[in-house]
Amino acid sequence: MANTRIQIPAVLQRGEVFEVRLLIRHSMETGGRHDDTGRPIPRNVVNQLLCRYNGVEIFRADLFPGIAANPYLTFFTTAEASGDLEVSWRDDAGTEESERVPVVVKE
Amino acid sequence: MSVFANCSRRGFCLGMLSAVLAPLLHMRSALALPDKLTPLIREATGGAEPKAGRVKLTLPPLAESGNSVVCKVHVESPMAPEDHVTSIHLLSEKNPRPVIARFYLGPRSGRAEINTRIRLAASQQVVALAVMKDGSCWTDTATVIVTAAACGVESKEG
Repeated sequence: MANTRIQIPAVLQRGEVFEVRLLIRHSMETGGRHDDTGRPIPRNVVNQLLCRYNGVEIFRADLFPGIAANPYLTFFTTAEASGDLEVSWRDDAGTEESERVPVVVKE
Repeated sequence: MSVFANCSRRGFCLGMLSAVLAPLLHMRSALALPDKLTPLIREATGGAEPKAGRVKLTLPPLAESGNSVVCKVHVESPMAPEDHVTSIHLLSEKNPRPVIARFYLGPRSGRAEINTRIRLAASQQVVALAVMKDGSCWTDTATVIVTAAACGVESKEG
């Protein structure tokens, strides 16, 4: 199930600083809500997110219920070589997901 | 003779206006960090005193819904191996969980800027902290008025 979308520019120059845009489909349950029968809905948020560029960690985030549902996140990185950009995350329910996009760097 | 004899109506109006505006202006001063967040700030900075500047936290002054508020943090930094931002922390004054997010960056980031959308449980001050490679810490705050608070953020367990 593709719950993670990564957007980066299609073609990059070596050394170019570019923006990575992430959108994750996730309810980010705060743990403070109740269902129709009054039972509390357990907290389930994406709590850790990691981004690797050709296997090297370039960005990491600890997220909490203060992040809105369907987390949107952007950050920057520097284009070094063609390869791939991998984003992986884990939520409170133990779900782990990872998604990758190809990075094309023009020589 | 009345003590107000040499007090013109214009002077009086200006005086009243400044009395109203002074606390508002004071609120804008960057280092009025909420006391409640002091232990969290210390934890994030490793004891360094946060200084105003270098960080720019952009939030709308008025948010119709606290469920999703556009939030941008930009830190002025060359992002070089010897001088870069190592982490950015977003803290909230009135959410049940004061930590909104922590971001870890490095020299490969190129540019220290994060965009996201946050939940706000009430009108409040949001604090952004940036910790640098040399251990120094910079901060900016933004005050947001929230018309409808984020549903479900008001957790009893805090």
